[in-house]
Amino acid sequence: MSNAVSALNGQEAKGDVTVRELGLTGMITLRGDFEDENFGAALSQITGAGVPDVRHFVQAGDFTVLWMSPDELLVILPYEKAAETVAAFDAALKGTHFLAVNVSDARALISISGDFANEVLAKLSPVDMSADRFTAGMVRRTRLAQVAAAFWMLPDGSYNLMCFRSVADYAFGLLSTSAKAGKVGAI
Amino acid sequence: MLILHCPYCGVYAEETELHAGGEAHLKRATIGDSDEAFEEYLFMRENKKGVHLERWRHANGCGKWFLCARDTATLEVYGTYPAQTTEPPADIVAAITAKHPGWSWKEKA
Repeated sequence: MSNAVSALNGQEAKGDVTVRELGLTGMITLRGDFEDENFGAALSQITGAGVPDVRHFVQAGDFTVLWMSPDELLVILPYEKAAETVAAFDAALKGTHFLAVNVSDARALISISGDFANEVLAKLSPVDMSADRFTAGMVRRTRLAQVAAAFWMLPDGSYNLMCFRSVADYAFGLLSTSAKAGKVGAI
Repeated sequence: MLILHCPYCGVYAEETELHAGGEAHLKRATIGDSDEAFEEYLFMRENKKGVHLERWRHANGCGKWFLCARDTATLEVYGTYPAQTTEPPADIVAAITAKHPGWSWKEKA
């Protein structure tokens, strides 16, 4: 078996806003009917978290569950737990209409932290990033310049961003350039 | 800049997050239908200068299709509604009729 490596192997661009690839992280796409009792029960039994509100996420221990669309969630968890968690979903939801897929190696996760992290993202996305509009706990699927991305704000004020692995280098370049260019002060 | 409200995720998405999908409320022709019905379904499209009902997809977002009533000349948006709708809902029709008395979708039908 070859060793698993993340898209950018933990690359980091330090500065007033630091951009860092988060390394190997487990990610599971979970689709199903949120209204279904089985679905909610299986989710809370396996992850300890309930179904998050629209465009929000919930954290429970090692697990973070993010709202992606009206029928899709993303579960973030330790890399080595991904396979067994998919198997647990498969067993718990057997017979219902659902989908659980391990997408850990198909995506990249990048952390953006620092005092004007929101401006670094605002320069690249058509999203209102002002402090009173985009708050901790919120998730937004959008585009980052020319590629699809999703980002969310953590309680400490930093952001995590997810994109496809194939565009990780492009996304990292965008974010680090935006961070290096400095604060605009518009928001 | 066109800004549409996505009825699924609640985002006021701007044009670059969206993908246009052409005319809304098409009726699919199926086995046993006449050649004329197939021609209508496959090729005949509205090309309005004025109120138009369209499909849009929140492509760089939640990925869902939704429907939108807007004016192609003024870019005024009358409202958006879920794709699981076979005809324009009453509130959308009311918003359009307020501006265009006597309006109806596909008058020729």
